[in-house]
Amino acid sequence: MKRLDALRAIYPELEKSIVVTIMGAVAAELQSIGHRPNFFYLQHAMGLASSLGLGIALARPDARVIVIDGDGSVLMNLGGLSTLARYRPRNLIHVIFDNESLLSVGGFPTATSTGTDLAGVAAASGVPRTATVRDLDDFTREFNAAVAANDLATLVAKVDATGPAVFLTDLGLLENRFQFQRALREWPRPASA
Amino acid sequence: MPVSTSSSELIYQSLKSTGVRIMSALPETWLVHLIRFAEADPEMTLVRLAKEEEGVGISTGAHLSGVKSAMLMQNHGFLAAVNGIVSCAQLYRIPLLMIISLRGDFGEKDPWQTEGGLVTEELLRALRIPSARLEHPSHVKERIQKGMTLAYASNRPVALLLCRDLMWEEA
Repeated sequence: MKRLDALRAIYPELEKSIVVTIMGAVAAELQSIGHRPNFFYLQHAMGLASSLGLGIALARPDARVIVIDGDGSVLMNLGGLSTLARYRPRNLIHVIFDNESLLSVGGFPTATSTGTDLAGVAAASGVPRTATVRDLDDFTREFNAAVAANDLATLVAKVDATGPAVFLTDLGLLENRFQFQRALREWPRPASA
Repeated sequence: MPVSTSSSELIYQSLKSTGVRIMSALPETWLVHLIRFAEADPEMTLVRLAKEEEGVGISTGAHLSGVKSAMLMQNHGFLAAVNGIVSCAQLYRIPLLMIISLRGDFGEKDPWQTEGGLVTEELLRALRIPSARLEHPSHVKERIQKGMTLAYASNRPVALLLCRDLMWEEA
């Protein structure tokens, strides 16, 4: 499975959600499909995308938050999975694209290449819904099921270790950050009960 | 436990009066009352962390969502959070209010705290993070308010250092 195809498959849901991605290929590929003001690309601070998503999910429990993570990043913050599970934001879906390598810095293999099972780590941390998928149909089905379930889910998608030729895009980091903050401010809130 | 309840209450109420509604924390002795106040307060969301750096991500997400937050941590937790502070909060200009217990300073009896005490303020300066010491109850409310004001005006991290004379009451 190619990450770009997986992103395309869930793009209609991403457009309707608050999205936080990691750096590198994920950010460049999502932007190549189409940037939206409600997409934030954490272009450094590896490991913190899920923490950032948790902060948003806690601050905006009315809004769906989708974190698009990677194996290298998650391995830098495995404790973050336990924090996610502890607070169990039902509005957060955690997608991990696992290419078993640190692609953007030369493709060195990560520990998932030698057997570390991130869905297993998430499940053992207490994340209520977890799955590992290897093809596009399974990915799309599991993702849609997670959306419908309205509960915290970690979905590990095994993808090819390929990416775009360049990772740099013309979207400035601070332009993205302030645009995203404004989009969240204007993100529709449910009529107050 | 001779951690000052009255100073902890004053710090907590000062943070709350600046609008803080999410606190992330890792426990340490000096922070126990503060964490319990946050836990007992239905208006506060307390996020218990596995490691302090996560708190930078949580505060960033909260800020981008329009909610004020603060991180409660020991200075060794600040040391553990430095990459997140630099490559998330500073890179993305996030007003990050850090409440840091300054262990290893004058009067410290625990040998294991002493190295961290030597480097904390130097490191804050190296990172160009403005910091103020809270050494007496009279410092607390004003410096927390001014710290939050500066964090929001500059869109950058600001640190408030909880000092022994404020936090510890010898039995």
